[in-house]
Amino acid sequence: MKSLTSNKRKSGNLRLFFRNSKAVIGLVIFSVFVLIAIFAGWIAPYNPQVSQFLPMQPPSLQNLLGTTSTGQDIFSQFVWGTQTTMIVGVGAGLLSTFIGILVGVYAGYKGGWVDSVLNTIANIFLVLPGLALLILIESYVKNTTPYSNGLIIALTGWAWGARVFRAQAMSLAGRDFIIAAKLSGASDLRIIFVEILPNMMSIIAANVMYACLGAILAESGLAYLGLENLSSNSWGTMLYWAQAGGAMLGGAWWWFIPPGLAIALVGMSFALMNFSIDQITNPRLRVRKMKNKASGVRKVESHGRENASA
Amino acid sequence: MRYFFNRLGFLILSIWAAITLNFILPRLMPGNPAETIFAKFQGHMQPSQLHAMELQFGFSNKPFILQYFQYLGSLLTGHWGLSYTYYPTSVSQIIVTSLPWTIGLLGIATVISVVVGTLVGILIAWRRGGIADSTLPIATMFFQSMPLFWLGLVLVYFLAFTLNWFPMFHGYSSSVNVGWNWPFISSVIYHGILPAIVVFLGSISGWIIGMRNNMINTLGEDYVVFAEAKGVSNSRLIFMYAARNALLPQVTSLAIALSSIVGGQILVEQVFSYPGIGYQLTNAVSMEDYPLIQGMFLIIALSVLLVNFLVDMLYGRLDPRVRRRGTES
Repeated sequence: MKSLTSNKRKSGNLRLFFRNSKAVIGLVIFSVFVLIAIFAGWIAPYNPQVSQFLPMQPPSLQNLLGTTSTGQDIFSQFVWGTQTTMIVGVGAGLLSTFIGILVGVYAGYKGGWVDSVLNTIANIFLVLPGLALLILIESYVKNTTPYSNGLIIALTGWAWGARVFRAQAMSLAGRDFIIAAKLSGASDLRIIFVEILPNMMSIIAANVMYACLGAILAESGLAYLGLENLSSNSWGTMLYWAQAGGAMLGGAWWWFIPPGLAIALVGMSFALMNFSIDQITNPRLRVRKMKNKASGVRKVESHGRENASA
Repeated sequence: MRYFFNRLGFLILSIWAAITLNFILPRLMPGNPAETIFAKFQGHMQPSQLHAMELQFGFSNKPFILQYFQYLGSLLTGHWGLSYTYYPTSVSQIIVTSLPWTIGLLGIATVISVVVGTLVGILIAWRRGGIADSTLPIATMFFQSMPLFWLGLVLVYFLAFTLNWFPMFHGYSSSVNVGWNWPFISSVIYHGILPAIVVFLGSISGWIIGMRNNMINTLGEDYVVFAEAKGVSNSRLIFMYAARNALLPQVTSLAIALSSIVGGQILVEQVFSYPGIGYQLTNAVSMEDYPLIQGMFLIIALSVLLVNFLVDMLYGRLDPRVRRRGTES
């Protein structure tokens, strides 16, 4: 009975997601970059590391995005950078969400001293300044690859998700169907994965996007500071070399514009999808004409409260 | 009172965590960074100073726990070590000179962003579904999802390098005398405009969207509908009835924004070579100046934790419900 209604609501939410133009635009932008990442080997015309062209050439048919100060093809660097950055961003986002779920849901569901301990740890990670902590760690760990970078980002950045999941799990833990599951002898793990998690999918989805965006921004920032292995291919490393190679003073806009713009577009696609999920799960935010305001809001009030407490 | 001690306990616990991280990390890493530092400092340092360095980075043979307490002791007495880059300037001295730049630039930019963003949020929530409501949140979200340091690079390239409207780097022109005189102050303002624009563009989206959503929630409340039916004028309805209550969640966001001022825009400061805390941190990283890195991390962490604590206190005063809940979490 319960699963039937929740399934119906879920498919309804999916339909709302695809009917929302913002969500669709976000999904399309995201898919384009995913495709570039998957087919990088076919799309990139040259080896991104080999210096085989005239330095600092503006975009041309031969080099679609021009060349670097050492004569590397920027388009090829960009395509391979897409692959690295997408893997690191999405991977770190998923991993940090997963850790957040483990800590947050378990703490919220168990309560008591388990909750106190886990919540305190999460709060400490939450208040420690993220980027400064990353810089501190990476200044000791020399020459990290983009992937180890992503790992460090995920291991330090899970706390925000944990806090959100904990609040949601706490409100779910007292509901009848969880108590019923407990009484019927289901194990903690089963209750968490079968009963609690399916009921917080929209929050998880929103958190994944938020975490991916954060991871991509953090990775590119660290790489831009030169804290990542300098021979790796990522958008952040491209920006580092653009800065170090004098792209600004040489007027080589084609060198530093594409990677940053790509990060902005991927970030935008996450933000757009997130924005739409927000609108779907909080019906009060759906655009409605002012006149219906009073009557319309009342109908969804109970539903809206439920989400607001999340 | 219980709430106060609860929060104070968390403050001390988190400060302890930050300090301990600082202590453990260099000892945990392979290829002991301490040796790099030691090699760099040897030759141009007093023996007593070298000894202090040994304590800080742990290549003395003393037991681990003793080193730890000596480290804590030296931090408490204000001995945060000496910078390698600016030798023989002490780390605390560099913090004192950099902090006003960061707080000044980011403080002003944040306040402008909060005020403008909140007003825009109120207005577009009132004109819901209008042109501004459907474009502004998306347009500003674009800025929020891009790396701000890159936005800085682009603005420097087009507005400072190509068009020459603004200076490219630093906090003030090297041709003026530092002090309370107009040429210096105007130079500081002139140099601050571009980084402030970057911070403003990067942060305004949250204020607009947050306030818009809060407003939409309060505009649906019974008391607002009743006031509208009673014939209260629109401007009074917006600002005195709806916006007042919608502001409270914004205060929470403001607290988060204030606490991250010192360490919030490390990369933006780096792009503009703005002489604040973030720029010193990135400089220290590229120079492998570990005492300075540690000091900068510690001051950033401390400022976040202290502001958080103060805001918690303030919140407990404003909203008694928080005080009761706070003792449980």
